[in-house]
Amino acid sequence: MNNSVTNSARLLGAALRALLALTLVTGVGYPLLVTGVAQAAFHDKANGSETRADGRVVGSSLIGQQGYSLAYFQSRPANGLGTNSVNTQYKLILSGATNLSADSKKLIASIEEAKAKVVKDNSTADYRVLPSQVPADAVTSSGSGLDPDISPAYAELQVHRVAERNHLPVGTVDKLVQDHTEGRTLGFIGEPRVNVLELNIALRELVEGR
Amino acid sequence: MGPVLAGVLQLLALIGALALAYIPLGNHMARVYSADRHWRVERWIYRGVGADPDTEMRWPAYLRAVLAFSLVGVLFLYLLQRLQGVLPGSLGFSSVNPAQSFNTAVSFVTNTNWQSYYGEQTMGHVVQTAGLAVQNFVSAAVGMAVAVALVRGFARSRTGEIGNFWADLVRGTVRILVPVAAVAAVVLVACGAIQNFSGIHEVGQFMGGSQQWNGGAVASQEAIKELGTNGGGYFNANSAHPFENPTPFTNLFEIFLILLIPFALTRTFGVMVGSVRQGYAILATMFTIWVGFVALMMWTEFTHHGPALQLAGGAMEGKEVRFGVGGSSIFAVSTTLTSTGAVDSFHSSFTGLGGGITLLSMMLGEIAPGGTGSGLYGILIMAVIAVFIAGLMVGRTPEYLGKKIGPREIKLSAVYILITPALALVLTALSMALPTPPHSMLNSGAHGFSEVLYAFTSAANNNGSAFAGLNANTDWFNTMTGIAMLLGRFLPMVFVLALAGSLAGQRPVPATAGTLRTEKPLFTGLLVGAILIITGLTYFPALALGPLAEGLAS
Repeated sequence: MNNSVTNSARLLGAALRALLALTLVTGVGYPLLVTGVAQAAFHDKANGSETRADGRVVGSSLIGQQGYSLAYFQSRPANGLGTNSVNTQYKLILSGATNLSADSKKLIASIEEAKAKVVKDNSTADYRVLPSQVPADAVTSSGSGLDPDISPAYAELQVHRVAERNHLPVGTVDKLVQDHTEGRTLGFIGEPRVNVLELNIALRELVEGR
Repeated sequence: MGPVLAGVLQLLALIGALALAYIPLGNHMARVYSADRHWRVERWIYRGVGADPDTEMRWPAYLRAVLAFSLVGVLFLYLLQRLQGVLPGSLGFSSVNPAQSFNTAVSFVTNTNWQSYYGEQTMGHVVQTAGLAVQNFVSAAVGMAVAVALVRGFARSRTGEIGNFWADLVRGTVRILVPVAAVAAVVLVACGAIQNFSGIHEVGQFMGGSQQWNGGAVASQEAIKELGTNGGGYFNANSAHPFENPTPFTNLFEIFLILLIPFALTRTFGVMVGSVRQGYAILATMFTIWVGFVALMMWTEFTHHGPALQLAGGAMEGKEVRFGVGGSSIFAVSTTLTSTGAVDSFHSSFTGLGGGITLLSMMLGEIAPGGTGSGLYGILIMAVIAVFIAGLMVGRTPEYLGKKIGPREIKLSAVYILITPALALVLTALSMALPTPPHSMLNSGAHGFSEVLYAFTSAANNNGSAFAGLNANTDWFNTMTGIAMLLGRFLPMVFVLALAGSLAGQRPVPATAGTLRTEKPLFTGLLVGAILIITGLTYFPALALGPLAEGLAS
């Protein structure tokens, strides 16, 4: 009995020392090494791909923003975002999805509402949007709630509204969208997309530089 | 090019990349686990541990070392979270409460990475990098060690010895996981994943005002999270978060990392048992199931049945534009057929049948290709069962790799495959029968039931993904999923190691004309069938109540 207790204690001691040694390798050495390389070689990316406009930081090109006025291109809905409830000295955005199921009444209602709003907002005096034209990404929330992109179809849909509100020719805004449409990587990886923040920065420059 | 074709091409590119890595990595791992020499850094660690890496262990000693190391890991991680409030470098985040600390500690040590917390508001730098990420490495290394011990059981004869746990643990970490993860982390940073130790970042927004982000060692954690089939995200949105998974390329790269070691271990197995064709037969089994499930998932997600998705015109709820339906489908199947549980899109909002596929993927026991290590030992147990069934058909004593599958071997294997279904189904039933646990469900009806079934299936199989609508941060779910993860991880290991010891002690039986040729396609077919029928049918009634009911109604 006594012997087995000593043996167990010895084994647990060895296990603890193994954990501490491996913590040094994988929990201290490894992250510091990667951070060193990252900060030296990819400084901007390692710190969040901050994007500047008019000399100030206006966000990250990777993190989608909400609350654009109708003069600008709109992001996807983000109904899954939360605010922090634990460490409330910060006002962190909590990434997340709605997690509503494909047969959820709540999800159906929110999609109906979003669709009606997209149709209404984007129909101008000489351009009518049909509900069937509204792409899926315009009325659904993304996985992170921080999707920086919209589909080219959703961007196209907004061109007439944006042109009208900014008193720009439709063709000019259309060209802006074309220029900011990124195709699939190597032609087949992922989906074509338009980065909303970068598009809106370019739009503002166009409007202000006129 | 349409999105379906692009999805298929991504799948083909992924298969090509995995095929290129298969032989070099598989051979490398076989050399690592068979090498006589020790690296200098390894010698330092052995000296610190006070263990002789060249002493062979019998299975009870090997098991005791696995359990001791894991127990210490749980206690250490628990204390780290409980003390977070007073640790420097924690961004001023408070300590985590006891039930959640227990759940999270168990979750990361068991390679599950079920998360009942929001990463960005709960865990500071120290807990993330020196606690959670460390277990991402070592829990994967433990899985690989146990798998290699079982392989040695098949490869060795007339000895009860199955290797040295400390040597297997340290080598797996230092020679396999750390080098690959370091390269992968740098690739992720180059594409935009963040890697810094700054505090909370406050930056301006386009329309005015400001937003706050977490800084952190995200890329380094992301790399091992996928490579070690762990799955615990730095952020709540996991691999859907742009800082974890910034581009379509990183998405495909992360899927590659998830599948890399589990597939390549079949090569390691083949080399170590002296017949790479035996490894190919196991590989073919894993590959068939994986490709089949990916195809099914793409089909159901692209057709997007379900009233909400029909109304929206596509299954984009819970999915990112840059990944699209194709990339998200490949990720979802790969993460649930391994023990990863990372998500780049939210399974709860998939079509009813798509959600069912993620559930069934986990229910198969995560063996196609399965977790790092756990996938290999899981499928070898199924191979033993398949050989036994074949033996029954022709009335011969079954053999596998020159070892007799006698009463002891088949009992150990049979108990192994009963553990996880028992845990998942009993705890789901208890949760539905008790008055308060169902209050955690976000959705109602069949989908609500699926949320609970998914939670316990995920925990018992050490997956860690979720139908995340479920509010799992209650004492009931924190405790019960914690217990499911512990028993679902370590009870099977007991039987695997006992089997390894039993096989290693046998004398080999020479192959005769009547021996079942387990390196042939016929055996692969038999094994696929055994996996689908035995484990699939165990869960059929539960699946019928949840995802099948939802999928057929829409």
